[in-house]
Amino acid sequence: MTSTSKTTGADAASIASVDAAKAYAAESLIAEDIDAYLEKHQHKSLLRFITCGSVDDGKSTLIGRLLYDSKMIFEDQLSALEKDSKSSGTQGQNIDFALLVDGLAAEREQGITIDVAYRFFATEKRKFIVADTPGHEQYTRNMVTGASNADLAVILVDARQGILTQTRRHSYLVHLLGIKNVVLAVNKMDLVGYGKDWFDEIVENYKEFAQSIGMENFTAIPISGLAGDNITSLSAGMSWYKGPTLMEMLESAPINDSRMLDRDFRLNVQWVNRPNLDFRGFSGNITSGKVKPGDDIRVLPSGKTSTVKSIVTMDGDLEEAVAGQSVTLTFNDEIDCSRGAVITNASSPVEVADHFETTLVWMAEEEMLPGRPYIMKIGSNMVSATITEPKFEVNVNTMAHEPSRTLKLNAIGVCNINTDRAVPFEAYNDNPDMGGFILIDRITNATVGAGMIHFALRRSQNVHWQAVDIDREAHAAQKNQKPRLLWFTGLSGSGKSTIANLVEKKLFALGKHSFLLDGDNVRHGLNKDLGFTDVDRVENIRRISEVAKLMTDAGLIVLTAFISPFRAERRMARELFPDGEFIEVFIDTPLDVAESRDVKGLYKKARDGKLKNFTGIDSPYEAPQEPEIHIDTTEMDAEAAAERIVSAILNESD
Amino acid sequence: MISSNRLTHLQRLEAESIHIMREVVAETENPVMLYSVGKDSACMLHLAKKAFYPSPPPFPLLHVDTTWKFKAMYELRQKAAEDAGMDLLVYQNPEAIEKGINPFDHGALHTDMWKTDGLKQALDKYGFDAAFGGARRDEEKSRAKERVFSFRSSNHRWDPKNQRPELWKLYNARKAKGESIRVFPLSNWTELDIWQYIHLENIEIVPLYKSAMRPTVERDGMLIMVDDDRFPLKEGEEPVMRSIRFRTLGCYPLTGAVESEAATLPEIIQEMLLTTTSERQGRAIDHDQSASMEKKKQEGYF
Repeated sequence: MTSTSKTTGADAASIASVDAAKAYAAESLIAEDIDAYLEKHQHKSLLRFITCGSVDDGKSTLIGRLLYDSKMIFEDQLSALEKDSKSSGTQGQNIDFALLVDGLAAEREQGITIDVAYRFFATEKRKFIVADTPGHEQYTRNMVTGASNADLAVILVDARQGILTQTRRHSYLVHLLGIKNVVLAVNKMDLVGYGKDWFDEIVENYKEFAQSIGMENFTAIPISGLAGDNITSLSAGMSWYKGPTLMEMLESAPINDSRMLDRDFRLNVQWVNRPNLDFRGFSGNITSGKVKPGDDIRVLPSGKTSTVKSIVTMDGDLEEAVAGQSVTLTFNDEIDCSRGAVITNASSPVEVADHFETTLVWMAEEEMLPGRPYIMKIGSNMVSATITEPKFEVNVNTMAHEPSRTLKLNAIGVCNINTDRAVPFEAYNDNPDMGGFILIDRITNATVGAGMIHFALRRSQNVHWQAVDIDREAHAAQKNQKPRLLWFTGLSGSGKSTIANLVEKKLFALGKHSFLLDGDNVRHGLNKDLGFTDVDRVENIRRISEVAKLMTDAGLIVLTAFISPFRAERRMARELFPDGEFIEVFIDTPLDVAESRDVKGLYKKARDGKLKNFTGIDSPYEAPQEPEIHIDTTEMDAEAAAERIVSAILNESD
Repeated sequence: MISSNRLTHLQRLEAESIHIMREVVAETENPVMLYSVGKDSACMLHLAKKAFYPSPPPFPLLHVDTTWKFKAMYELRQKAAEDAGMDLLVYQNPEAIEKGINPFDHGALHTDMWKTDGLKQALDKYGFDAAFGGARRDEEKSRAKERVFSFRSSNHRWDPKNQRPELWKLYNARKAKGESIRVFPLSNWTELDIWQYIHLENIEIVPLYKSAMRPTVERDGMLIMVDDDRFPLKEGEEPVMRSIRFRTLGCYPLTGAVESEAATLPEIIQEMLLTTTSERQGRAIDHDQSASMEKKKQEGYF
């Protein structure tokens, strides 16, 4: 990656001189009446924004320009900058603003920024925090990080290039993270002769794209970061553009906290404050809404209610606290409330759930493993979470939905997530602090992913499933039987399928309603996308278990015949069913006997090394320790075994 | 209505710092607050008092001492801890004491041994797994990319390429045994924010920040205050009384003063806004090259 192409054509533009900066100099109020100045400036608001653009779009130059124009560059930095500009700058004898913001030594040598850097500047109206992130595709992670806290995004395009793939990628990410204020800054207008046509065409193209991704509105501004056009004042070269300037936009855009103010009250409890037996306060940050003493509140997940007694701060009790503030609340009743709880207004509490649909951004070199437990941090909760394989991955360059089995570094996909404990939450779009989460690797403790909750797939509190009038009891009663899952397990060639088949025939003859799920048959249809790796074996069993579960809900006696060599998977299946419904049937055939039968010739292939991961040969079989039914095939034939199984379940169940 | 509900930039910064401190207390086992007695430390301590009120902050203060701080700093140190109801731990590197390491004879070694080594030794001695520091991202270019939760290996190294992404208000404080984190609750504050907050909240600071007549000598273009009789005067050199103040405080022989008449906080802020040199210029430590700070950080300097 070279940096030499950066801001090419700079020689065509003139750089504001040091004298100009001095002319901009401190407002006269500072010198004349500092108290008045301070009074004015303590009421400033704070806007966080992100700048997105690729190496050639002049992003660092623009940020350098904003710092420079708001007098955030001191003389010593300026002289260092002048020196650096000559030694490693790309602007000849002129000042290279980009050098001001390219931070770490390694990056400066490479000429690209590789991480998120935060810059600060202020005007009379606002203080600004800029998250400066690199634009390459491999840095999606950094852009998402920078965008997560931004009130506004500046998307830079080079006027000569127009809307590029990376423009679309940046816009998609900005929209994904829910940023409401988007500025399309068409940069380097000086290099296209300040032409209105160039600008209009780019805006038209962008509008079409914005609509296609659901971005509701944006503001387009023609600028030159290098020459300072339409940054703080309207450009003389572009009299056709009537405003706003970039700075006016930054100074007037609404801030997220204001948006959250009108929503229902929510506070994430971080810490319980107990200095002595007489005081019990709940400390946390208000993510939305307002709270007053006397308000009726509810604590989730317990659902207990009380009223607010006081809002305690070191500056005295408050009459009201609002979104964004960190406070401590006390209640009028002693109710259970600890870290991880969410305090809400009593009438409109948040949902509590343990199963979600989410969009996930993967941030680690090691790819996401469906089924593996990660630690999920959401609000102040830490829970164990497992991810299913992506429903689809989003190609961030084309926005196409593509099938995927996993997510690699910087990939984005829609996945379902299960947590081991129900957590209070809201949809990310409604409240980012209640619906955004990170995933942490259990071993390395690294933050490996970030996600946004769309909605809960089932509510854990009170309502479990879609309530249906014809429930599983009704289905079973109609069939005059108790639903059962007969889970046959045993080595390949042990006789599972043969015996299961006989059992079903007997049940059928007795007028029972049943269904046999056979390993090979399932793999031809439902699970034809799965192979024989450990990950796939786990998924294979999970799907079969879920299908069997639906069938028992319908009142059927279900028989499954799979090797299912691992105890952990069989336990996973068992846990899906009510007590007594899952019957483990161990078809116990010694390896040498099974191998000598070798009906399908598979043992020979495995012994010859032509078949990998074959159970009993190079992959273990973990025999059941306490099966409900144990069939020793060296003691009885298939017919006798089937008879025994049928009588066992019918005697037990009827 | 809207305006009364809208938080100012200082209120938002305050809320963020408080949130960060509470996360650390909830998620780490043995946190400590590094207290250097400077204005940033004063601000951070004040925020800690607010975060846990009415409880005192549930961690001690740690001063990694070099024995070469200004006298006025030592005077404020004990008082500030007592006012906050916190324990104050003072650590001095025994090896540096034994070898008599000082800024006059030992140059860079002075900072390495007293501060860098001293800090590591102190953290190891007490087994702290999280340490609050008052560093800000606006201080220096390499700090602009520092995370709020900065992860350190078991030998206190900082790996700029291996930092954890920080999204929303979610900080990952998990670590293996022996590893630790440095936490910077003032990351998003600027020098002006700090001063404005000290002014508004009436926070006690070392008087050296305000101008007064003080004995000084000029060394390498820096005005150095002669704070005690350990200062080796050259032949015929006489300290000169000048009206000076300090924009940053460290070891007195290494800290340059500015000539100033600003004796009140508004005057200090006024001077700062009108001045044209950045804050760290007064420190001898990172004069050499702009990348020196990054090297120091990788070695474990705060």
